[in-house]
Amino acid sequence: MRTENQKAWFFVLPVLALVAFNALVPMMTVVNYSVQETFGNNQFFWEGLGWFEQILRSDRFQAALGRQFLFTFLILLIEVPLGIIVALSMPRKGLWVPVCLVLMALPMLIPWNVVGSMWNIFTLPKIGLMGYFLNDVLGINYDMTQQPLSAWITIVVMDVWHWTSLVVLLCYAGLVSIPDAYYQAAKIDGASPWSVFRYIQLPKMKTVLTIAVLLRFMDSFNIYTEPFVLTGGGPGNSTTLLSIDLVKIALGQFDLGPAAAMSLIYFAITLLVSWVFYTLMTKDDAQ
Amino acid sequence: MKKRSIIPILYIAFLMLPIYWLVAMSFKTTNEILSGFSLFPQTFTLENYITIFTDPTWYWGYINSIIYVTINTVLSVCVALPAAYAFSRYRFLGDKQLFFWLLTNRMAPAAVFALPFFQLYSSIHLFDTYLAVALAHTLFNVPLAVWILEGFMRGIPKELDETAYVDGYSFPRFFVTIFLPNIKAGVGVAAFFCFMFSWVEMLLAKTLTAVEAKPIAAVMTRTASSAGYELGLLAAAGTLTIIPGAIVIWFVRNYIARGFAMGRV
Repeated sequence: MRTENQKAWFFVLPVLALVAFNALVPMMTVVNYSVQETFGNNQFFWEGLGWFEQILRSDRFQAALGRQFLFTFLILLIEVPLGIIVALSMPRKGLWVPVCLVLMALPMLIPWNVVGSMWNIFTLPKIGLMGYFLNDVLGINYDMTQQPLSAWITIVVMDVWHWTSLVVLLCYAGLVSIPDAYYQAAKIDGASPWSVFRYIQLPKMKTVLTIAVLLRFMDSFNIYTEPFVLTGGGPGNSTTLLSIDLVKIALGQFDLGPAAAMSLIYFAITLLVSWVFYTLMTKDDAQ
Repeated sequence: MKKRSIIPILYIAFLMLPIYWLVAMSFKTTNEILSGFSLFPQTFTLENYITIFTDPTWYWGYINSIIYVTINTVLSVCVALPAAYAFSRYRFLGDKQLFFWLLTNRMAPAAVFALPFFQLYSSIHLFDTYLAVALAHTLFNVPLAVWILEGFMRGIPKELDETAYVDGYSFPRFFVTIFLPNIKAGVGVAAFFCFMFSWVEMLLAKTLTAVEAKPIAAVMTRTASSAGYELGLLAAAGTLTIIPGAIVIWFVRNYIARGFAMGRV
């Protein structure tokens, strides 16, 4: 096992210095702003916890938070089962496996703003493949610049397109680690496909699934670029998720105090939920 | 077995549709795009690509992106290597807390850091340089690299280290000539993921640059808004950003899952 050695700190120092510079200095700036009021000219006045109270009570923040939770919930609800189903039906070996894996990973390697532009081009009425197909072939009235529902469907489908493969890849990695003997034993016992899934495949996928859910939670909760490029938060405010709202307040209106307070609340929520997942994850590691 | 393979095929078809559409668009003329729907380019044109390869603001966007991504990858992997070694081999005061704290930086919303990063890098006169973006991206790439490398290093038995010391190897010599070749795959995967996340990230890269180090992503946004929405050009630029990822992913295809799981599969 690992031996006790305090000198190991020297190995960690470069990482510590770099990440501390990048994380602590900006974080302290945010904390500073969050408790002060400024009228420009670098003059600051103590504000206490006023901004926090204002943000937590504001309808705008609550609405954005609600949309954010709805979005993340929908993403997990669709991507996790879909990812498991695709992973289960993938072939275990053969020439096609690496090709499948690479094709599936491709959406994740596309810059996020390009993902937004791509889906914009794809969904434009008259011009885009999906927009044309829905409007002119199926006769469904679909226009995400006008209808909130269309906009929501588009950003959810876009994220499913973008990130379901992450769940697939992780589950697949868990599945291929199951020895053939397990399946043979199940066959001899006459186990149904459901019990094979429930008692052989699911336990093997547990660790990777936790990681997949953790990553999908973090990334969908922090999503900014793709919906911003695609809908700009509209129509109206219907797709203004937390990050989009935060950037609007911080860089658009330059309301530093409220933006900073909102940042800290936002980060705290992400951290809290992620910590729950993390403890579940490391509990498995220890066993 | 045959019936089952329909699901992955449908899924991959769904993934390929928007990509196909982007590529098809990039070969169409602006006239054709605006005049109506066509499944394939009717008048096949390379005009959009020629524009990108001859206009410096366009192709410099790509070069800028590649430069800061490369600096970031090298920097992240180099500092992560010793740290990952320490985490995989030793117990020390606060190691678990430190490990979790590193992960929290992967959790932070980039939007939270946009403004403070802008002020921080302006105040040390690094605004609009490659180094600024490369350093900013280490925020989430260094933790990722540490996690991935630690996962791979844990798989190397400790006896390897001990045998090397008995044979009289000094630590640096052991690390470079014996240990590193053993975790080649891990270094490759860590580098790939640093490359990837730096390549796809956009909010910080855009906030920290103005002219000199402007990434391709920012050039695209400007085109979308100012030039009356030249869809063909935008599609061509988008298509070109897919290529680097598509090339490098082939080399790590067997390790992709392990990398995404941060070395935990």
